[in-house]
Amino acid sequence: MVRDKSISSMLMDVIIHIIMIFVLVVTIYPVLHVLASSLSGRIANEAGLVSFYPVDFTVEAYVMIWQAGTVPNAFVNSVQYTAVGVLIQMLVTTSFAYALSRKGVPLRGFLTFFAIFTMYFSGGMIPTFMLVRNLNLLGTMWALVLPPAMGITNMIIMRTFFQNLPAELEESARLDGANDLTIFFRIILPLSKAVLYTIGLFYAVGHWNSWFPAMIYLRDPDMFPLQLILRQIVVLAGDIRDAAMTGELHAVGFLGQINVIAIRYAVVCIAIVPMLIIYPFVQRHFIKGVMIGSLKG
Amino acid sequence: MEQASTKPAVSARLRNYGLQMWKARFIYLLALPGIVYLAIFQYGPMYGVLMAFQNFRPRDGIMGSQWVGLANFQRFFDHPHFWRLISNTVILNVYQLLFVFPLPIIFALLLNELRGKRFKKTVQTVSYLPNFISMPAIIGMMIMFVSPTDGFVNRIIVSLGGEAVHFMARPEWFRPLFIISEIWTTLGWAAIIYIAALAGVNPELYESAVIDGASRLKMMRHISIPSIAPTIIILFLLNVGTIMSLGHEKALLMQNSLNLETGEIISTFVFRRGLESLDYSFATAVQFFNSIINIAILTIANTISRRVSETSLW
Repeated sequence: MVRDKSISSMLMDVIIHIIMIFVLVVTIYPVLHVLASSLSGRIANEAGLVSFYPVDFTVEAYVMIWQAGTVPNAFVNSVQYTAVGVLIQMLVTTSFAYALSRKGVPLRGFLTFFAIFTMYFSGGMIPTFMLVRNLNLLGTMWALVLPPAMGITNMIIMRTFFQNLPAELEESARLDGANDLTIFFRIILPLSKAVLYTIGLFYAVGHWNSWFPAMIYLRDPDMFPLQLILRQIVVLAGDIRDAAMTGELHAVGFLGQINVIAIRYAVVCIAIVPMLIIYPFVQRHFIKGVMIGSLKG
Repeated sequence: MEQASTKPAVSARLRNYGLQMWKARFIYLLALPGIVYLAIFQYGPMYGVLMAFQNFRPRDGIMGSQWVGLANFQRFFDHPHFWRLISNTVILNVYQLLFVFPLPIIFALLLNELRGKRFKKTVQTVSYLPNFISMPAIIGMMIMFVSPTDGFVNRIIVSLGGEAVHFMARPEWFRPLFIISEIWTTLGWAAIIYIAALAGVNPELYESAVIDGASRLKMMRHISIPSIAPTIIILFLLNVGTIMSLGHEKALLMQNSLNLETGEIISTFVFRRGLESLDYSFATAVQFFNSIINIAILTIANTISRRVSETSLW
């Protein structure tokens, strides 16, 4: 960028820096407040002494959550649903995207339309629920992992990536007598790690953060994923000292005179930390993915 | 004679086509899971939309349920909350268009003016962070922050001499809270696309503008903004096209019995009537009506944009 040392330019720099620091603080403060409150003592929390660092540092909230067992159990459920869900999504999406990326295949245009049409029109919530019910998937993990088995946007990102791989690789393999399956698994996939990584993480974030399908499809609280438990403990609760919310906490195993505020903030922390740890490592890939996706046309 | 000459040509073409399909058999094999998935989980529910025209009973299925024509749609139009649902949905979308949509553009333009590489990178990285936080966590945090007894927002209000506000119980606060949390969640992530477009601008344009004595504000107006204008138009178009649609998840998390007056939108109404009151046909009709309107609006928005700006979605 060109340097401009006029007064107005310097003033502009100052203003922009102030705005950006404001954005930084506003973005980070809520997260720090949650983390700090989850590690603060009950009296400090109830007196509102906690800002962005713990006061009367204690991990009692986390100990209680561990002992009550509901949240750890839900955490394991979420890990399981995320792992199985992403595996299915990657298998379906990758192979379908590769098929659509090959030129000269009869019916390719129709298959593309078949997929893209579903972006503009879908059956909606109730017919999907009925379908899952008719397939006898209610109350099982499959109700969570099968309905979102392929995201069309993600599929298109992958297709675009495959299309942009150099064609010579494939041609020389074909001369060596390789068929489409061999080419796909032995040549294309190893070259596509970046996009597989990106889409895999898009999917993982989606599954990890999902709660609504679990709410409508699962009955057994022992099967609930973490985000649904989070909703019960934190969102449905209303005010901290509300009787109904104490009921919610009792229902999931917390009793007595306890550091309610810290517990609820701790649940939020447990629910968001895995994604916050992952994202700095992959954000560059994510951004590339968003770009390809937006260029699809 | 003519028939005799075209027939072999047609059958040869067919044979050729068949041969090509046979050659691509492994490709079809790879496409198969996706095709099966789409057929069952995407097109299956589309067939289920037929229940909007029935008095659907799960026991009888779609084949056995009684057909009632447009009665379910009529019930929706006559519903006492019909206009409330429409206006709540549209108003939230208009607010998003006015307050949420422009901010990532401004953010990207300002970020583009930052000279310090490291500071720029830090701001960018941090701004993406909320996008990875789940909706229950965001709404949970919000509810706790604005709690009248323990939230820091009300503590600030009280310490400034005000009176604690029970934000979540007040219908007039539903929309502002919805919008503010939306800005917090999406600002950085939504800016990516503009940041990338700005990064693609030829630096020579800025260099020659400096030689011509242009100020930075002028360069922003005449170089930066025009370079992202097509992106802005496309995204604006998409937003206008979805003015009657709004996902149910966030609104559902924010709703309680006290703020439904402004908080109930079409999609959450579908959920309540369909899966809580088990009025399947009625809820499906409401959603189907909504989808039709959405497609119509998107088509109109697209056509207008193509005429006016030569930029369009399709």
